[in-house]
Amino acid sequence: MFELIVQILSWVLLITGSAFVVIGGIGALRMPDLYTRMHAASVTDSLAPILIIGGLLLQAGFTLFSVKLIAILLFLLLSGPTASNALASAALLSGYRAQHSEEDKT
Amino acid sequence: MPPLPDAQPRPEPTLAMNFERTPTLARTVSLSLLLAATWLVWSGLYKPLLLALGAFSCAITIMLIRRMRFFDEETYPLHFSWRLVRFWLWLGKEIWSSSIEVARVVLHPNLPISPRTITIESPSRHNFDQVMLGNSITLTPGTLTLDVYDGKLKVHTLTDEGAKALLSGEMASKVTTLRRSS
Amino acid sequence: MIFVVVAAAIAVTMALALARAILGPSHYDRILAVNMFGTKTVLLLAVMAFMMGRPDFLDLALAYALINFIGILAVLEFFRDKAPKVERPKDV
Repeated sequence: MFELIVQILSWVLLITGSAFVVIGGIGALRMPDLYTRMHAASVTDSLAPILIIGGLLLQAGFTLFSVKLIAILLFLLLSGPTASNALASAALLSGYRAQHSEEDKT
Repeated sequence: MPPLPDAQPRPEPTLAMNFERTPTLARTVSLSLLLAATWLVWSGLYKPLLLALGAFSCAITIMLIRRMRFFDEETYPLHFSWRLVRFWLWLGKEIWSSSIEVARVVLHPNLPISPRTITIESPSRHNFDQVMLGNSITLTPGTLTLDVYDGKLKVHTLTDEGAKALLSGEMASKVTTLRRSS
Repeated sequence: MIFVVVAAAIAVTMALALARAILGPSHYDRILAVNMFGTKTVLLLAVMAFMMGRPDFLDLALAYALINFIGILAVLEFFRDKAPKVERPKDV
């Protein structure tokens, strides 16, 4: 019984994660300019790893592999924002302007 | 990364600082234990040769880090506390709700985006606060930190609602409470 | 088999990221797409470790994550030198 609940929970997490991965990919293709594309890509960089690796963790149970999975997740969550920030900062400094729908300044 | 203006000038080493070796020692020991545990968990093999190699690489890492003066400055302000766990849970909730929002925008046939670039004040000039706030903003889908300078964060948001939520300053106040625990 | 579905979804997103890398008008779009491709590769390796029952793939996934991060930073550093310099705004 308990096994079944864990299995179902893991399936739900994996399927939701896959859905968000695909949505992020579609968004990266549909969005009009670089910064909005980065928003779509950040869905696949933050929420999707949490869900997919969470689902894998439930499959793995308490083993050595779950420690490695947690390490991978932590590294992805720490390095993802750093890489995005480096990319955005480099684009901004090289003069890549964001498109705005309103008449916001800068 | 471009050289950002230093928020905090590095303090001059004084005689008093040189004598304060106790926290450095404690940090060295805790980091060595962490590295050793990582090695043991990672290999899963416990032969004498591999253990010796592990001890060797831990020692080299510690030596290099000490040479980089990692321990002498305030780069280790984050002690494990339940406040940190609570912050992560809150951040997870934020990531979930804003991911739903971004997914709704992406899948909408008209692509209803209203991108804005806003500037928010960091709660303090402390490096830890700025880094934590900037990374939390970037980690949340729909908001992206473009630049950090002079205690201000330049943030690009996908929708107008995201900008308003950020300007209300809830995340900044949560980050500020985080450092006070240590 | 659930893992096949997840791996297929990740592969679809990798294809979309590749399309963005080919289309992307600026260098930065391409770098963004390559970064996305790399993080998806890490996830795909983790899923494949379970799909094929070979846990050593997790080590590969971690190594790939490290290399991807360093590679993106290196490429950004390269393009930052090529790009025209813009003054940092004084007050915004």
